[in-house]
Amino acid sequence: MTLSTRDPILAMQGVTQSYGLQRTSLFAPPSSFKVLDSIDFDVCAGEAVGLVGESGAGKTTLTRILIGMERPQQGRLIFEGNDVWSATPAERERFRRSVQMVLQNPRSSLDPRMRIGTALLEPMRSLRIEGDHIKRLHEVLEQVGLDKSALERFPHEFSGGQLQRIAIARALMPNPRVLVADEPVSALDVSIQAQVLNLLRDLVRDLNLGLVFIAHDLSVVAYTTSRVSVIAAGRIVEVGQPVELFTRPTAAATRNLVDAVLTVEAGLEGKAL
Amino acid sequence: MTLAPAIEVHDLVVGYDALNAVRGVSFTLPRGGRMGLVGESGSGKSMTALALMGLSPTGWHAAGQVLHDGVDLITETDTSFSKRRGRTISMVFQDPMSSLNPVRRVGDQIADVIHRHSKVSRREAMKQALDLMVQMNMPRPEQLARSYPHQISGGQKQRIMIAMALACYPQLIIADEPTTALDVTVQKQVLRLLNAAARDRNTALLMITHDLPVIAAMCDTVAVMYAGRIVEHGPVQEVFRSPRHHYTRGLLDSQPTMDNIALDGSSRLGSIPGMVPPLHNLPTGCAFHPRCAAASEKCRAEMPELGANGAACWHPVKEKAE
Repeated sequence: MTLSTRDPILAMQGVTQSYGLQRTSLFAPPSSFKVLDSIDFDVCAGEAVGLVGESGAGKTTLTRILIGMERPQQGRLIFEGNDVWSATPAERERFRRSVQMVLQNPRSSLDPRMRIGTALLEPMRSLRIEGDHIKRLHEVLEQVGLDKSALERFPHEFSGGQLQRIAIARALMPNPRVLVADEPVSALDVSIQAQVLNLLRDLVRDLNLGLVFIAHDLSVVAYTTSRVSVIAAGRIVEVGQPVELFTRPTAAATRNLVDAVLTVEAGLEGKAL
Repeated sequence: MTLAPAIEVHDLVVGYDALNAVRGVSFTLPRGGRMGLVGESGSGKSMTALALMGLSPTGWHAAGQVLHDGVDLITETDTSFSKRRGRTISMVFQDPMSSLNPVRRVGDQIADVIHRHSKVSRREAMKQALDLMVQMNMPRPEQLARSYPHQISGGQKQRIMIAMALACYPQLIIADEPTTALDVTVQKQVLRLLNAAARDRNTALLMITHDLPVIAAMCDTVAVMYAGRIVEHGPVQEVFRSPRHHYTRGLLDSQPTMDNIALDGSSRLGSIPGMVPPLHNLPTGCAFHPRCAAASEKCRAEMPELGANGAACWHPVKEKAE
């Protein structure tokens, strides 16, 4: 395990991002809105980190910058020690292969007219990866626990949980080092949620992957990750181990999130509301 | 003298053609009672709710008996049902964005319900609507009442929906995933409001959700649905503390809680293998048997009925020795 080295594979340093707002007066300069304010965020190999916050806190913008979809206006995005946005084309390509994303709703992130096999090969084609793709396909299917027969079928033939496995398989195809999962279970049924959460945990352990898990539900994040950052109004307000955050939240935003978690136990004791 | 129950459902069957999404559901909800209907997508819980409201999709049929307010809702005509919806029985839908009229001010939409069902002037209806908005803890109600749905937040829209459902003091409110589309921090506030409002009016509440903690917080009894049937039914305290059906056990085990977090990686969430069977391909016998670890020959052959222990299972989970 490379856990001990604590050298992050992917890191954001002092990232600030703002969007321009509409001009309110003809003479005043247009104002801007700071979506992210000096954010530091990183993930190491074999480590699962969580990012929680209410909607509008800046989770999505942070994710977009993390996977290189948006260029930070200030601050740097570092992958394996190099600044992604001033890297050589070869390094950029390596970054794009190594950081993959799993989206919230697999039904809308998989092409309904494409067989699963073709969909899984898509990243190999678009990232121009060479090698034995069929062999890789079978490897990945085994890692996520899907049968080979899935390759010939279409997305509508699968349940939400299986589709999310397929989406995870597609993200694993280029053999990434970091997986960014944005609300990967919130669209799934309860009994299926647990299957996907367990799969993500196994992948982190078995493949020495770095996992960034983004969600608004603290209990789900806490189960999957070992370090959680809480984001509120564009700032990281608290970082800590999930248990610590749960039992001793210091920031107001964390307290709100912890407060919002409903559990069966609290409900049965009549303390939930 | 005791009042008739808020709703009494006997052997409800809902489906289209030869396929039934709801296959014989029965329950009784007393006045002011709180029942939760839990199930995953495809379990038939939403179809049950729509059938109770007389809103089954075109081409679907509903059979059985639904007694409410002295009539059988299954045989009620469309015209008399539309005079009933919002008055004696009302519904809060999952997605407030798509259930409010986008081109009408929200205050008017609440007032419409009141104006339609009680014989009051528009001015009086608007006054009552503003009162309701105050009860829903909405700041600056006069100003908000003049807003259109797109101008207010999801939590506020859902409060408007709840206000509309409460407006005519119905005997029963059916809430179908009322907080699923809301932000987590808003969820609790909305549940609190619904809870208090229903209690103050002695309105019965049927909560339909896949979220077990919500049921635990809001309800007295719970019915767990699987593949169109109730597989376990009883007081929330009993069902959630010592479930007898393996499906209920599985659902409870797949909830992330403080305990399995605290163990930090060494414990695993329980998960139910497989998936909910499609309607056109239901397993024989107990519909849950392909996913059940305790399944036997009998489970494959015969469908279990709800027993005295509250579970429809041939091999109920043993009482946990704690």
